[in-house]
Amino acid sequence: MEAAFYTASVIAIAATILTITRSNAIHALLYLIVSLLAISVVFYTLGAPFVAVLEVIIYAGAIMVLFIFVVMMLNLGQRAAALERRWQTPAIWTGPTILSALLLAEVVYLLVRGAGGETAASVVEPKQVAMVLFSKYLIGVELASMLLLAGMAGAYHLGAQQRRKKEVQHATGADEGRAGAGGDLVHTRTGGSAGAP
Amino acid sequence: MTSPFPFASIFGILFAALIIAGGLPWVERRVLALFQDRYGPNRVGPFGVLQTLADAIKMFAKEDWVPPFADRAVFVIAPAVLMVTVLLSFAIIPAAPGIIVDDLNIGVLFFLGMSSLGVYSIVLAGWSSDNKYALLGAMRGAAQMLSYEVFMGLSIMGTVLLAGSFDLVKIVEAQRGLWFVVPQFAGFMLFLIAGLAETRRIPFDLPEAESELIAGYHAEYSGMKFGLFFVGEYLGITLISSIITTLFLGGWLGPWLPPVVWFLIKTSASIAFFILLRAALPRPRFDQLMALGWKLMLPLALINLLATGAAVLAWSF
Repeated sequence: MEAAFYTASVIAIAATILTITRSNAIHALLYLIVSLLAISVVFYTLGAPFVAVLEVIIYAGAIMVLFIFVVMMLNLGQRAAALERRWQTPAIWTGPTILSALLLAEVVYLLVRGAGGETAASVVEPKQVAMVLFSKYLIGVELASMLLLAGMAGAYHLGAQQRRKKEVQHATGADEGRAGAGGDLVHTRTGGSAGAP
Repeated sequence: MTSPFPFASIFGILFAALIIAGGLPWVERRVLALFQDRYGPNRVGPFGVLQTLADAIKMFAKEDWVPPFADRAVFVIAPAVLMVTVLLSFAIIPAAPGIIVDDLNIGVLFFLGMSSLGVYSIVLAGWSSDNKYALLGAMRGAAQMLSYEVFMGLSIMGTVLLAGSFDLVKIVEAQRGLWFVVPQFAGFMLFLIAGLAETRRIPFDLPEAESELIAGYHAEYSGMKFGLFFVGEYLGITLISSIITTLFLGGWLGPWLPPVVWFLIKTSASIAFFILLRAALPRPRFDQLMALGWKLMLPLALINLLATGAAVLAWSF
């Protein structure tokens, strides 16, 4: 169990470093997924199987898929990667690196002093998590649900507005606009809004 | 807690899963042919049983071509992700008392986690191919599997509530009196539909939709890499069928016959249903598919969970 913990930790750190340094966005996201999976293994070895699986289902399985989905739609090619590489100048990354190094030093200091460092004290069952979540931390759960509700209402509002705009466009019959956007092949081929015979 | 014969279980389950998945293409083609008044593959071996073997030899002999415009590393990893996630899920399936690779106390969640990681193989295959049809297929696949995963998890929670555990062995044991398909019929139907969407089988095979997207996300794949996607689909059907058997049809429970035989009979019946559905149903439009998932299935799953929770609470008082 201890060996698994340290292996997973090393993988998590290496994958996270690779995430930051990749210039191809999809490759960076893939390393981030590996890092999340490694952290899930760390949770498992620390005796929290429920949290470990939630990490896989929610972070690696749902949120990162959405990230990849968006990046995939943006169709970033070689040019974007080159641009990214141009942005990564020393002037940009020295500041964050110094701050992170300080944090790292702090972690190393804590490890050397021997605070904590016990693996698998006891296994936390899903039931225990649920009991604490819905008694001691009920306020947190309620606040999170309110936030999600607000987010959902906002998303619905934005989506509904989008749809109304599109309908208006259809009503005025803006064929040139659609053809210009490359949306309507028939009309572009037969020359603008003249239409098919 | 693991089984008394860990290695025997691991190899037995792996072997059985791969043999079943390997034989399924032939079964499917023969059964579909029967439905459509044709013969189907009947040349290789008796009744054409060795057709899959011939197909495998053909696939190995084909050129394994990686398109020069593809993102090479991701292109190679994508089919492997599918196989790994599906095969890992078989680790938590109890085929009989003692025949299980790892009796995890979070078995159901492990299965959900692995199936949510399986989305990556579709997304990455479509993206790395750098082909518009593959990308369209990958987008459909990602949207479809993400949406249907949501109520797939919710539809199982009813059985988890009744059994009081995420452990698949305990869930099977809890069905000694009554199979969960009876008290959880809504959950069973929802899980069946979600399972169809997860395996991308015919009513929900929009990510590959031959008539519009060539082959969708695996349009650029050839040779054994395509073979992995192909076998992966049938492994997925086997996996979903055995999960349905375990969660709703009483797993290995049954009179007279040995437990493993009961498990195989129930799983085969479920697989047969999946295959016959292909002969019976057309393919919906993509927006219809998404609307069905979010506007009908998700509310139904929530209502089912709420009702089950209320019933369990009322029972316990």
